Amino acid sequence: MSNPTLERGETPGPGSRLPWHRNEDYRRMFSLLMVGLVVALMTGPSGNRDHPTDGFTGSWFHPRVLLFLGAAAAIGVLMTLYDRSKGAGRRNPLQPVIAPITAVRDRMTSQPLLRYSVYAAILVFAVLYPMTLTPFWQRVLVDQIGVYVLLALGLNIVVGLAGLLDLGYIAFFAIGAYTTAYFTGKLPVAPPFTLNPFEVVPIAILATLVAGVLLGGPTLRLRGDYLAIVTLGFGEIVRILAVNGDAFFGTNVTNGPRGAVGIPHPSIHAFGINYDWTLKSLPYYYLLLVLVVGLLIAFNRLENSRVGRAWTAIREDEVAAAASGVPTVKYKLMAFAIGASTSGFAGVLYASKVGFISPDNFLLLFSLLVVTMVIFGGMGSLPGVVLGAAVLQWMPQVLRGKVPPEDRYIYFGALLILMMIFRPQGLLPSRRRSRELKLSEEGLGGADSLGATPGTTS
Amino acid sequence: MSAQPVASTAATPNDLVLDVRDITLRFGGLTSLDKVSLTHTRGEVLSVIGPNGAGKTSLFNCLTGVYFPQEGEVRFYPEAGVERSVLGRKPYAVNRLGIARTFQNIRLFNALTALENVKIGIESRQKTGPIGAMLHMPWNRREERESDAEAFRLLEFVGLTKRANEVSSSLPYGDQRRLEIARALGTRPQLLLLDEPAAGTNPAEKRQLEVLIRAIAETGISVLLIEHDMKLVMSVATNVVVLNFGQVIASGTPKEIQRDPSVVEAYLGSGDEADSAAVPRKAAKKAPAKQPPATRTED
Repeated sequence: MSNPTLERGETPGPGSRLPWHRNEDYRRMFSLLMVGLVVALMTGPSGNRDHPTDGFTGSWFHPRVLLFLGAAAAIGVLMTLYDRSKGAGRRNPLQPVIAPITAVRDRMTSQPLLRYSVYAAILVFAVLYPMTLTPFWQRVLVDQIGVYVLLALGLNIVVGLAGLLDLGYIAFFAIGAYTTAYFTGKLPVAPPFTLNPFEVVPIAILATLVAGVLLGGPTLRLRGDYLAIVTLGFGEIVRILAVNGDAFFGTNVTNGPRGAVGIPHPSIHAFGINYDWTLKSLPYYYLLLVLVVGLLIAFNRLENSRVGRAWTAIREDEVAAAASGVPTVKYKLMAFAIGASTSGFAGVLYASKVGFISPDNFLLLFSLLVVTMVIFGGMGSLPGVVLGAAVLQWMPQVLRGKVPPEDRYIYFGALLILMMIFRPQGLLPSRRRSRELKLSEEGLGGADSLGATPGTTS
Repeated sequence: MSAQPVASTAATPNDLVLDVRDITLRFGGLTSLDKVSLTHTRGEVLSVIGPNGAGKTSLFNCLTGVYFPQEGEVRFYPEAGVERSVLGRKPYAVNRLGIARTFQNIRLFNALTALENVKIGIESRQKTGPIGAMLHMPWNRREERESDAEAFRLLEFVGLTKRANEVSSSLPYGDQRRLEIARALGTRPQLLLLDEPAAGTNPAEKRQLEVLIRAIAETGISVLLIEHDMKLVMSVATNVVVLNFGQVIASGTPKEIQRDPSVVEAYLGSGDEADSAAVPRKAAKKAPAKQPPATRTED
């Protein structure tokens, strides 16, 4: 939690003649103690109009503050000791954890046997482990983690591969979910025919594909921040349409803020297989697992194909990509459409699993959450994105009941901040992306971590 | 200079690969190109020279769809008898026509390997779409193999076989220049536009480049070359066009250009202290030729 800029420049050792207030160990300790005070204040009681000082008396002038100051001091001492033990250079404290993983990953590329055995081990674990969980965690695994893994995989194509920052991504999720509600007959307007959620999948994919192209067509000539703002606006338009759709030219289309209730579970009655998904989470989990594995294989091939390389080229240098014959707008649109349809697909599954959707499921917050997952896991890296989505959805559930509900986002924020300090490239970064980040630190590549190259024209 | 090709005679229209007619490019009140015309005969190396700010790179940008000149026409003949207009097409579409380019300041895909850089150029001519890539059908795999083979062939052609799997930004400067040429060649151009390929390279790299440009021209690809290094220009160019203040002030064979008084004046100015390195005639005898100090300020 120390400010890394304090540690750059001169590094006074133990025998340094610098005055104590310029010694970096003391400076770090000071910052940490300040952070401790802030955390004490934030987690303490809040004042009110009659007793405005309650916030302070309950936190800073309460024995509780010693806990936070003590923790800050302990962290400071540990960091100092760690620095001393490693000599002068600042090292990444996560290195011992990461090094073996990196080593395995490096060997995996050259040794197919190792690669497939690692995949098989992960798959066996993913199949068997959820059986041992309580129904609560099985539900978390599907409703929270599984659906968001799908979302993050889709957004990874847009943000991680093509380098387009999409802040309205959840809109496609909403379109998928509302399409399901419509075709299962759970919206006030009656569909021409009612379908099973499985049969809605192709329609929802098509609808989100079209929505993605409609949004992308006019906006994809924008770059970076501008694109982000337009997509953010699009996300809000879709949500507000859903909220106000109960009086859409006089007819109730979306049922407004009350949303759609009673969306049926999917079922299969074909090819001699008869199976109905019910309220139980585990069958949904296996359905999602099959889909995620399928998407992982497909997206991995996509990334290492002509299309994936074209996306990388556009992300790195759009002008050079165009000069090399890559139709940039077409490829950006393609990335947008693939991401959107993955999101719509996730929307169908979510709607039919939970059975209830309302505009509150599609807030801007969730768009940002998916972007955070992609960055947290490692942009452009499939295992990273899956892990990022899983960790970020798992953490609030772990904290549930252990910390006051209003404090949960503090821990969430702290995790993200720590991550940005010690591992800005994400948990399991893609090789191309880490190279880009390194190059931009050296001033060679795009300074923007999303891959926009400054100074490019047209 | 003994290897000087025989000066080409007046080209018949059928031999042309590029026909630029009276293009005028203005940025507000500034006229960057003023009625520039030039013709490029198929298979030859045409060099565009001129002092800094003369409009050479602007001309390149007009030819590749980056800028749209207000007046004039650019005709491109992918093969004899087929005429295509270049103006009004987007950069990737110009590339599709068969005009590939390199950049004055190297623009490689820095985080990709040398091989991947070349493959991006090659694959702009392939068909595999996203669905095909995901399904990985046999014909998609065949395209992938073709792309690999072609990329290795091109890397060998420019002499970078050993560096195929190195990250492009870690390559030495001269290798990056040649990699950019390989990427451009990957798009199977009829006309290759090289924007100062020798800038910033050392004498050994310049000699390699000279050999490379000749080899490219021998494969039948026409080369349009912007270059400050007069030794290189005089040794590889079949014809030379001189630009100054956005106008063509001279054109002809390298020998004619060296003797042209207006060219000498354009480079020296009248009465200026001579920067002898910039004079084509003298530079041709001196090796390596140095660029005028202000060269790098041009963009």
